[in-house]
Amino acid sequence: MKSKMSNTFRTAFAHVVLILLSFLCLFFFYILFVNATRSHADLQKGFSARPGSYLLENFKNVANDGTFPMIRGILNSLIVSGCSAAICTYFSALTAYGLYAYNFKVKKIAFTFIMAILVMPTQVTAMGFLRLITKMGMYDSLLPLIIPSIASPAVFYFMYSYLQSSLPLSLIEAARIDGSGEFHTFNRIVIPIMKPAIAVQAIFTFVGCWNNYFVPALVIQSKDKMTVPILIATLRGADFMSFDMGKIYMMILVAIVPIIIVYLLLSKFIIAGVTLGGVKE
Amino acid sequence: MRERMPRRMRGGSDAASDADEGKVINIYCWNNEFRERVEEVYPEVKETSKDGTVTTLNDGTEIHWIINPNQDGVYQQKLDEALMNQADASADDKVDIFLTEVDYVNKYTDAEADVAMPLKDLGIDPETDLADQYSFTKVTASDVNGVQRGSTWQCCPGLLVYRRDIAKDVFGTDDPEKVGEKVKDWDTLKATAEELKAKGYFTFSSYADTFRLYGNSIAQSWVSPGETVIRVDQKIMDWVSDSKEWLDAGYFDKNVKGQWNDDWNKAMGSASKVFAFLFPAWGIDFTLKDNWDGGDGTWAVTNPPQEYNWGGSYIHACTGTDNPKHAKDIILALTANKDNLLKISQKYSDFTNTQSGMQEAAVHDKEFSSDFLGGQNAFTYFSPVAESIQIAPLSAYDQGCVELIQNSFSDYFQGQVDFEKAKANFETAIIERYPDITEIQWPE
Amino acid sequence: MKQKNKKIDYSKWGYLFILPFFVSFFIFSFIPLVDTIRYSFFEYYRSGIKEVGPNFIGMANYISLLGSDMLKYAGNTLILWIIGFIPQIVIALLLASWFVDARLKIRGTQFFKVVIYLPNLIMASAFAMLFFTMFSTNGPINSILMSLGWISERIDFLGSVFGTRALVGFMNFLMWFGNTTIMLMAAIMGISPDIFEASEIDGCNSVHRFFYITLPLIRPILAYTLITSIIGGLQMFDVPQILTNGQGTPDRTSMTLIMFLNSHLKSRNYGMAGALSVYLFIVSGILCFFVYRMTNDNDPDGSKAAAKRARKQRRK
Repeated sequence: MKSKMSNTFRTAFAHVVLILLSFLCLFFFYILFVNATRSHADLQKGFSARPGSYLLENFKNVANDGTFPMIRGILNSLIVSGCSAAICTYFSALTAYGLYAYNFKVKKIAFTFIMAILVMPTQVTAMGFLRLITKMGMYDSLLPLIIPSIASPAVFYFMYSYLQSSLPLSLIEAARIDGSGEFHTFNRIVIPIMKPAIAVQAIFTFVGCWNNYFVPALVIQSKDKMTVPILIATLRGADFMSFDMGKIYMMILVAIVPIIIVYLLLSKFIIAGVTLGGVKE
Repeated sequence: MRERMPRRMRGGSDAASDADEGKVINIYCWNNEFRERVEEVYPEVKETSKDGTVTTLNDGTEIHWIINPNQDGVYQQKLDEALMNQADASADDKVDIFLTEVDYVNKYTDAEADVAMPLKDLGIDPETDLADQYSFTKVTASDVNGVQRGSTWQCCPGLLVYRRDIAKDVFGTDDPEKVGEKVKDWDTLKATAEELKAKGYFTFSSYADTFRLYGNSIAQSWVSPGETVIRVDQKIMDWVSDSKEWLDAGYFDKNVKGQWNDDWNKAMGSASKVFAFLFPAWGIDFTLKDNWDGGDGTWAVTNPPQEYNWGGSYIHACTGTDNPKHAKDIILALTANKDNLLKISQKYSDFTNTQSGMQEAAVHDKEFSSDFLGGQNAFTYFSPVAESIQIAPLSAYDQGCVELIQNSFSDYFQGQVDFEKAKANFETAIIERYPDITEIQWPE
Repeated sequence: MKQKNKKIDYSKWGYLFILPFFVSFFIFSFIPLVDTIRYSFFEYYRSGIKEVGPNFIGMANYISLLGSDMLKYAGNTLILWIIGFIPQIVIALLLASWFVDARLKIRGTQFFKVVIYLPNLIMASAFAMLFFTMFSTNGPINSILMSLGWISERIDFLGSVFGTRALVGFMNFLMWFGNTTIMLMAAIMGISPDIFEASEIDGCNSVHRFFYITLPLIRPILAYTLITSIIGGLQMFDVPQILTNGQGTPDRTSMTLIMFLNSHLKSRNYGMAGALSVYLFIVSGILCFFVYRMTNDNDPDGSKAAAKRARKQRRK
């Protein structure tokens, strides 16, 4: 009885906290939306909590600007973020599994090494990176934005931690006895168990790539290869005296829609993790 | 891989045409402003692709527009990379023309670096071909030996633009002549500021607004040629002490900190108590107009307390270009042809770079009067300012110095740090930006 | 077939599986890293468009950094990180345990799960832009507080040390708590439901269950959260950069280490930037070593301790 009461209380408390936090999160989203519905002149006048009537106008301005390849930009961002998320999670899982499930000489060294490079700030190597890819002939191409994500120490570490807490080595032994090849075991048994972890990291990697400005700004030059953040920066830089803030907010808003969709799709796998957890024993 | 392609293409086209001019003109800039003006007045333009990246000329030559945002210094970074590779780049990948802004023009016109071609080498004689240009724009684009290495279509004399309603309320008149008297120099302006304050108005929005006027009149450049010592000019320190005094006296709106931010934009709105701004032509037509939420005719221009220049884009032909003839053509069409420049003035409201043209504009009220200014012809006021501008001596370090001194002393104005700490902060910041600076000297 | 032989050497598979990672790392990170470290011993920067150096100067860059305000910026970074991280981890743990707790009847969990992650989707630069507008002296937050009568004079949030730091911390919290929650949730879901069921039968209440079962079992992921957050904190850049216009105002009190690094990169000072990165590298290495040690002492996944505690609970 007592626990039921306390549960009711906890439920109520949880709701209050959640609603408060959701309000905070949605509030800024709402502001973004409101700003995207207002004209530049309205925006300059000051803040307003009520949406304006410029939503369509702003959208048309962004979409119809011949010099501003919005669709192309979103497509490029989708390619870069999608490919990065896919290869990043797959290879990180593979590496984590390789170090978790096998015993070999350099195992310890390899692990320590990855942990050491985990702390490397990305800004530091950017200039060397740029020089390198220019020499390799990959300047102004999407490849250098995708391929390096094969080696993502942080994602690897997450996968490794996840394996530690959810993959019993006995399961691999069992698979071997059943005659499953090593690669097959990884793809057919380990990957499904890791689905929640992969989904989580896929989302994070996707969002990270989607919003990355620093590296693409260094690497990309031609207009038809620009990703969304560079386009937004270009829009802001287009005419610093008279840039249209309404257009910029609209572009930011448009840029968010694809990631929300990806998030909703992938979050299903995270939920599915519960049932998987039950199966695995 | 990247180099092979263009070379082969060039091989093919060389056989077809007899000129030694390359087939591709690469122009580095940061927005569409220059492209629009080229399309408007350069007679050789045939068409521009829909995405705005390629403009085809009548002889089949293509202009490739390489546009990078100015934001976070991306433009200069990419331009610098390209310039460093200029010698090794294949002909069609070479930079042919690039643009700079006044704040960093000196970095590129440097004689030793030699990235911007002297106009003489292109076949342009600044003495005769550009005789009608405002002389300070020619000085700005020249290196330390006086060799002109760039040219501009635009000249940016600044005025004082004020609210007529506030003027009427405080002075009983909104006549530009009479208001001009009230703001004719700093001492008079200070007395006027007191009058405005008594009625609850601010003279200007912030200390950043007045910076250009002081900064434009420094006696020696921030860094003398060949030296690595920053000499902070007395005029800059005058700006510091005057700004502090004005802010404490309540002549500025203390909520506005610097420019290009939200509070500054709002200071141009109808709810604001700010009497005036200091702007060149582009500032009035874009910034102020876009931020103003009332009807036309509320604002008017008059003479500033001190002549100054703010902004301007310079066109340079890049050393190593394979299109010197086109570069010469474009520079002449855009910066030396009076008819073309008047056309630009009319269409884009630029204050353009021919003295005789601007003198005509000053008296042709019909074509050049502005609705926004209630029918006033701003060129009447711009012209005399442009003629008497003495450009401050430039250095390659200007952009950082101008930006960082304002930032460092901003804390001091707001009472966050004391004077000595602000100086120390400037020294720290400037050495971070320019590692070769060895010493900073402050005036007595 | 091979599987009949129990003594097969599987190690070649280990090598094979980690190969792509190391190849990619070697090319895209290691070569640039070596470059960075090498240049840290050189005087190498650009003045205008002229390159100065590289001239070998030994440890001079390192020494001159020690004489600069680097330690002050390290302190700033630490403060900004803590302001954001503590609420972030507390709230995230709380939310994650609520979301997976079947006994709490939270309505619309799906909705909440989506919403808390939304702030992370907005580009940091755009988010900072919004914050700047909201909290400016003439901005809506001030207007609301005024009209509520809570304050009598407009607050200059970004003009004070406390205000700026609090805003940076708040933004970091808002942007990342959803991310952390989801990560922890995935971790908690990795725990076998059997353990929860067993504890429930044994009459374990939610507080006990949280501290004795959930927390120990997700320890590897918690360590991960802590480590990535420390690294993220050390690399904090976008938010303070945009909120303070790259100046770390007022008086450089919100200048972070990476902002400091960025100001060297802006001048293409590869030498100094290289030395600073090596410092950063060492510091973050030491920090992570400690965290890793702390969370992994002789019980790699926390399962032993958890099992022990669960048994203890059962006996009661």
